[in-house]
Amino acid sequence: MIRDITLGQYFPGNGILHRLDPRVKVLMLISVIVLIFCTFNFFALSVVVALVAASVIMSKVPLKLYLKSMKAIIIVILITSLLNLFYGTGEAIAQWWIFKITQAGIRNAVFVAVRIISLVMVSSVLTFTTSPTDLTDALERLMKPLGIFKVKTHEIAMMMTIALRFVPTLLEETDKIMSAQKARGADMESGNLIKRIKALVPILIPLFVSAFRRAYDLAMAMECRCYQGGKGRTRMKQLRMHGRDFAAVAVVAAVLAGVILCNIFL
Amino acid sequence: MSTLLRCDNLCFTYGKGTPFEKDAVKNVSLDIRKGEVIGVIGHTGSGKSTLMQMLNGLIKPTSGAVYLEDADINADKSKLRDVRFRVGLVFQYPENQLFEETVRKDISFGPRNMGLPEDAIKERVKRAAEFAGLKSELLDRSPFDLSGGEKRRAAIAGVIAMDPEILILDEPTAGLDPMGRDVLLSQIEAYHNARNNTVLLVSHSMEDIASIADRVLVMNKGECVMFDTTQSVFSRSAELEAMGLRVPQITKITTELRKRGVPLSEGILTVEQAFDEIRAILKKEGRI
Repeated sequence: MIRDITLGQYFPGNGILHRLDPRVKVLMLISVIVLIFCTFNFFALSVVVALVAASVIMSKVPLKLYLKSMKAIIIVILITSLLNLFYGTGEAIAQWWIFKITQAGIRNAVFVAVRIISLVMVSSVLTFTTSPTDLTDALERLMKPLGIFKVKTHEIAMMMTIALRFVPTLLEETDKIMSAQKARGADMESGNLIKRIKALVPILIPLFVSAFRRAYDLAMAMECRCYQGGKGRTRMKQLRMHGRDFAAVAVVAAVLAGVILCNIFL
Repeated sequence: MSTLLRCDNLCFTYGKGTPFEKDAVKNVSLDIRKGEVIGVIGHTGSGKSTLMQMLNGLIKPTSGAVYLEDADINADKSKLRDVRFRVGLVFQYPENQLFEETVRKDISFGPRNMGLPEDAIKERVKRAAEFAGLKSELLDRSPFDLSGGEKRRAAIAGVIAMDPEILILDEPTAGLDPMGRDVLLSQIEAYHNARNNTVLLVSHSMEDIASIADRVLVMNKGECVMFDTTQSVFSRSAELEAMGLRVPQITKITTELRKRGVPLSEGILTVEQAFDEIRAILKKEGRI
């Protein structure tokens, strides 16, 4: 059933990473991503890999879930690695027709694979340990400086929150409409592509109608409670930095310094 | 009356194998005969809707089977569509499924999926609209321009147009005004009388059930706890109340009157019935 699709990967828990300030986590993610692509030798890369592995272990999320998110991109990793393998410059180790494998090629292939895997892993750490609402809160706060360019950060964050809030609702609605049309003999599982696209019309139209109706209702309900946008609004749950947040920042900063040193001296 | 639809130890578990596992329907076995009207009552979340969706193969039972005239409906997946044409299901708030440009086109969606010829479709749409009490001038309007009650009728007509042998209505009167409820209910009754098909009516209104049903199916926590004639089900008011249900108000009143010595007959289900009996008593006593 369509309801079984999990959207948003938040895995509830109470580990240290779950309790970190979401702003810190977002900033850490960004710096680690930058780090991943700033590693130019194996020493620097292994430092980053160690950091990523440590955060995966500390997240206390079953490894199975990480592997599941890997599964989706395994093809991408394979293709990019293969391309890199054959496009290295320098002396060939093995050659067949137009394909030649060089030492630089092997090195690039390994680098690319490790980088992509680390990237997916570390992004998963964030989405597994941070609830969608915390995430949007953090993004809203982090985007605040953009306010001087007249970017409506609160409105953007509110839109994201509402969108996330209504994903399960709309999925349930889709499920219901699909059942109702199936009960009238709608056939969605057979026929060619055009026939299948046409079969979606009886589902999409009622879905849009109900989505718009929900939007109007929600807007009305928000106005009834005097919602006027971000100006002068305070939060019920204030984000506050704790000791552990500063410690996390220090760790990432140390790794950053380590990587730079590795890049320069090794 | 012969058995038309038979459920054999039906079970359904939501989210099997996940931490959110929940038994929605447990070991339900029942026989539904040709031409009867069955009222289905139960607390919210008692598994009524899940059970109804298993009857036409929209939900596949976790274990157990549904037999339509002795053929297991889930045995052959390619025949499921034919089952759905024979067992018509009107969902809760069915007006949310309307999608066509005109009411006429929307009602003909079912018959067209059945592969009927154009003139047969036309005939069926006309007849279904009549049964559902939809004025013919509304047929060429957009379904989105209709009032709430008219939309509901149009959606019900969309299922009636398939001319199902068994018509299942999941809370068809929810959210309608009192007048709309009465009219819709009497229309369902008239349709049943005219076609002599089987009707299953899920409702929270005991009055609705009492006025129309031959037998009543009571669901509680996923189990079928009672399945008997309307009179005998509503004579067990203490058990029903323990399940968060109740008997029709008029049944409650007449039972109390009987206890106080008024010679009314047992198991009065409708106001009309009570009115007739009370008048007869008063006449006999020479008070009117």
